[in-house]
Amino acid sequence: MRKVGVAGAFAVGLMALAVAGSGWNGAQAGATITGTIKFTGAKPVMAKIDMSDEPVCKAKYQAPPTKEDVVVNGNGTLANVFVYVKAGLPATYKAPAAAAPVVLDQDGCRYHPHVFGLLVGQTLSIKNSDGIAHNIKAKGVKNRPFNISQPNTMTTPRTFTASEVMVPLECNVHGWMKASVGVLPHPFFAVSGTDGSFKISGLPPGTYTIEAWHERYGVQTATVTVAGAQAKTQDFTFAAH
Amino acid sequence: MTRRIVLLGIGLLAFPFPLPASPFPQDTVAGKVVYVKWCAGCHGDTGAGDGPAAHYMLPRPRDFTGAVFKIRSTASGQLPTDADVMRAIDLGLPGTAMPEWNTRLSDRERRDVMAYIKTFSAFFADTTQRPTPLQFGSAPGGATSPEALRIGRQFYDSLACRKCHGDQGRGNGPSAPTLHDDAGFPIFAADLSQNWRFRGGGSVEDIYHRLRTGVDGTPMPSFSDLIDQKFLTDEQLWRLAQYVHSLSPEQPPDVRDVIHATQLAGPLPSSPNDSAWSRIDRYWLPLVGQVIHKPRWFTPAVSGVWVRAAHDDKTLVLQISWDDRSQSPDSSWLEFTGRVLETVAGDDSTPPTVAPWSDRLAVQFPLAIPEGANAMERPYFLMGSATQPVYQWRWTNGADGGAVAGLARGLDRFDAVAAPLQAQAVYDQGQWHVVLSRSLATADTSNQLQFRTGRAIPVAFFAWDGSNGESGSRMAVSTWYFLSLDTPTPPRVFITPVLAMVVTLGLGWTVVRRAQRRAGTGSVRSFAR
Repeated sequence: MRKVGVAGAFAVGLMALAVAGSGWNGAQAGATITGTIKFTGAKPVMAKIDMSDEPVCKAKYQAPPTKEDVVVNGNGTLANVFVYVKAGLPATYKAPAAAAPVVLDQDGCRYHPHVFGLLVGQTLSIKNSDGIAHNIKAKGVKNRPFNISQPNTMTTPRTFTASEVMVPLECNVHGWMKASVGVLPHPFFAVSGTDGSFKISGLPPGTYTIEAWHERYGVQTATVTVAGAQAKTQDFTFAAH
Repeated sequence: MTRRIVLLGIGLLAFPFPLPASPFPQDTVAGKVVYVKWCAGCHGDTGAGDGPAAHYMLPRPRDFTGAVFKIRSTASGQLPTDADVMRAIDLGLPGTAMPEWNTRLSDRERRDVMAYIKTFSAFFADTTQRPTPLQFGSAPGGATSPEALRIGRQFYDSLACRKCHGDQGRGNGPSAPTLHDDAGFPIFAADLSQNWRFRGGGSVEDIYHRLRTGVDGTPMPSFSDLIDQKFLTDEQLWRLAQYVHSLSPEQPPDVRDVIHATQLAGPLPSSPNDSAWSRIDRYWLPLVGQVIHKPRWFTPAVSGVWVRAAHDDKTLVLQISWDDRSQSPDSSWLEFTGRVLETVAGDDSTPPTVAPWSDRLAVQFPLAIPEGANAMERPYFLMGSATQPVYQWRWTNGADGGAVAGLARGLDRFDAVAAPLQAQAVYDQGQWHVVLSRSLATADTSNQLQFRTGRAIPVAFFAWDGSNGESGSRMAVSTWYFLSLDTPTPPRVFITPVLAMVVTLGLGWTVVRRAQRRAGTGSVRSFAR
């Protein structure tokens, strides 16, 4: 009886290992979801940022820099939209080990990138290229916050422990400096770029809730079903308001 | 009771095991009772910092649901230790509405409520969150030496403290008008010249701890990474703490009831920057929000005024100085003004429309010095009443500003009177200096107070920071104090006792001589016999 129990436990352990091993590791080829973030309505005028108190930053711009709450591309699409898989991944899904650190650069008293994604546990390298004093504050709710001083050209690493879309980042010395990071337990996220497009690839087959997040216009969701190495298109449209 | 103690004693003898890790079991059920009774009014039933009183406060009460605490011994973003939370409960947060509870609640009650507060956030139940106090070490010597302060000042500049706290630390840096806390509420950069209002204490150690931990939930960052990355040494950060400490008076100012106006033989100081002021005693008079008459004001920006007074038997001159982060009207603070008025609930029938209000000051006296049987009677401190007006000097900053004397009959009525009132004002590094002077006597004796030496003259002060949304009855007020125009001690005060002594000695000597002579004569006689 006792032997059977031990053997049974061993068998369960082996099965668990097997299930974990079959988990999607992201390196396999999979399905792809691409799309474009369309924008309708009047393009809002972004306020100019007065950087006269920081000549180092001001000198980095030909034309006066503007705020980045809404960036409408030349082709009428919307940039800086964070698109990600909100739900639908199999319970056995295991994210690949975090790759190289993601760099957030403070350059010209602005954050580069303005919107980005990060894996739970992946290193965020916070870089100060300006050489003037910034503080960087993360105002997570599911993650513990932080607020550190960077008075010089330097890089400070930080990580996030919990999935959270989005964690706001800000500098209080320069009130206009804001960025947003989406922290996820999986790599299925993308940010719409200068052409308004995004691409999420390597997805295991399944039915997914895809959410598109914009800092001013909120969120939109869509349901997409993919199989094998299928490629699907899912566009989103945000309207000015 | 005695029986219980005996039983406990027997119990301890019978079970000589080591005590459990926490010798003080914390009872969250009992803690809830304490919380509901004493804390929920501000911090809210669910701990979200949204109790009924919260809307009248700035800074707002702590929202416990996020477990973000300002005053900690742990790294930026870490949970506080139990000792950190207890410190806030025990000592309160100076400069805010949070009082100290160590004089109000028992040890047991405070421990229990601390345990209950920790139930509002799941972070405290998360075993991966282990708050670890930072290793702080101790301050290097030579805290007040010029070299220590020079190094401290160097880092005050290079770490950009002045961006928010201002060049002289009065919270008036260029970024100050844009500051907000994590909930989006407007927040002032600390006035570093008033360390008795620092939330986590004003000692060099307290300041150094805040530099290392940051003040979570606010714009104040942590500087610990800079030591780890060798951008500065621990000693240099201590020097900065010592420099910041040096910006405040050695001791928190005492509040004294009587402002003594020194009588000067030479010319009276006339300008706010006259060096003669430094030789005259200054008096600190605290101000509080006007919360009696509508519209009330719960969050005044001016925490008190420094007053210096002098006279020459003909003219009285007052220098009133106070810290103010903005020289209002100042358009760069307008957005901040709007955020303050949105945050702090008012009780106006119609909420005020944001305007570039001016900084203002009022000095108030009775219309006549109370005498005789009515010597202790004073008019209503809040700008008098219809039947008993007060005499005021009102100063307003700005193009249409200046100083005017007049009679106030309550908050709503002020009748200016022509007075030989002189006013000069200077705004310098986050501080106003206003000098007001008037002859002791005036031709018009019915509408002007006649100042006299050697009397206790009631005096009160009012201040408005326009950029903090202050105007009308939204202001800071003091209670009545006294102004005494001192007179130099006349020479006879010193000579009379000397004369008295000489006369007494002389008389005594005479009496003794006479007595001796009489006795001496007798004895001679007896010998002669």
